[in-house]
Amino acid sequence: MSAAGTVSARPSGQGLWRAGLLAGALAAVALVALFVGARYGLMLAIGLGFGITLEGLRFGFAGPWRAMILRREPAGVLAQLLAIALVAVVAIPLLSSHPGELSGAQAPIGWAMIGGAFVFGAAMQVVLGCGSGTLVNAGSGNPVGLLALPFFAIGSFAGAYGLVWWTSLGALPVLTLRGGFGLGVTLAGLALVAGLFWLLGKPGTRRLPTRYVVAALLLAALGIGNLLVAGQPWGVVYGLGLWAAKGASAMGADLSGSAFWSAPGSVERLQSSLLTDYTSLTNLGLIAGAFGVATWRSGGLSQPLPRYPARAWIATIIAGLLLGYSSRLAFGCNVGAFFSGISTGSLHGWVWFAAAFAGAFVGIRIRPMVGLEARA
Amino acid sequence: MTRRFTATLMVLGLAGLLAFDLTTTPPNPYKAPVVFAFGSGLAASGGFCGALPN
Repeated sequence: MSAAGTVSARPSGQGLWRAGLLAGALAAVALVALFVGARYGLMLAIGLGFGITLEGLRFGFAGPWRAMILRREPAGVLAQLLAIALVAVVAIPLLSSHPGELSGAQAPIGWAMIGGAFVFGAAMQVVLGCGSGTLVNAGSGNPVGLLALPFFAIGSFAGAYGLVWWTSLGALPVLTLRGGFGLGVTLAGLALVAGLFWLLGKPGTRRLPTRYVVAALLLAALGIGNLLVAGQPWGVVYGLGLWAAKGASAMGADLSGSAFWSAPGSVERLQSSLLTDYTSLTNLGLIAGAFGVATWRSGGLSQPLPRYPARAWIATIIAGLLLGYSSRLAFGCNVGAFFSGISTGSLHGWVWFAAAFAGAFVGIRIRPMVGLEARA
Repeated sequence: MTRRFTATLMVLGLAGLLAFDLTTTPPNPYKAPVVFAFGSGLAASGGFCGALPN
């Protein structure tokens, strides 16, 4: 063997680092499975899958909406609708055949819900990060995502604190599409919306790139896995609010004044480990998965940090708070309401989509005004 | 300064969160549910952003 061959056979520093990443991910899942419970280990693995898929395939929710609104490029939104349809094909029949054992992302449509979705749609365009996107951005070293995340959690805690009051302003009963009829209506609705986006899209940009198709397939598989393992669909916002609520509680805050946080279910979760909360586990996995992909990529973390004016950072803090607060009023973010709501037959998911998409037009106009991008 | 700095901050933040959580509310693996909710016969009981308090 030549000297050169000997050198190349040695694992490089990058190879060792990558092996360490894989070993670390497997060890984390194994440790949680062993010391917390097998279901929780599996949920962490699903969360890692979400993070790896979204960061690895550079897929998300805020970016494709922006591409559709600004450049009439519908491929990303079409891929989102494809993923939702694939989950719906499995989830809606299962929810009908296994009621109680499995629960959907079902919530009432109301004034606060619609307003919350509108504000969320605007705020997610300001920081270019939705519920899952903010976690992925933070994990991959995006400073805007990193700053927005703790305020997202605080906002989510505060939104849940007053949720019952907001809902009392007026809400319909929970309206759900069930069984074969419900699935048919959901798929027809998704096809109609996809057709509308396709027609509005600029010719030459309507075709789904392979990476979007792969992302949609993987997100759908992970979303179904989330439902089968946890008994509930993929969500983000509840977990973030729980993190802040645990922090507030540890600092001596009295949560008994909140109908939400003093409810028996909430009290039980406040007294339990975050590693037994499904949305916390997938959130942790999202961040860690995105970090892993960013670290894995050659030069993934070597980008210099952007320089923004002070008002951009202030806007990021405000947008983070609004993302959290509004998503609780809206009964979910792009994940819990849009992705999981529609795919489990909840009509609030459709209303959320319409209101948030309208809000996105406002957010896109605000973003350059606060200095997060150059003015056109 | 690069993204390595901010990504490291994020990881340290997560580590701090988990350390705080494990110290204040240690998990009990003997109370863990079966692996799959599907087919378990047990009612779903996790917290979710669409749920009102019960």
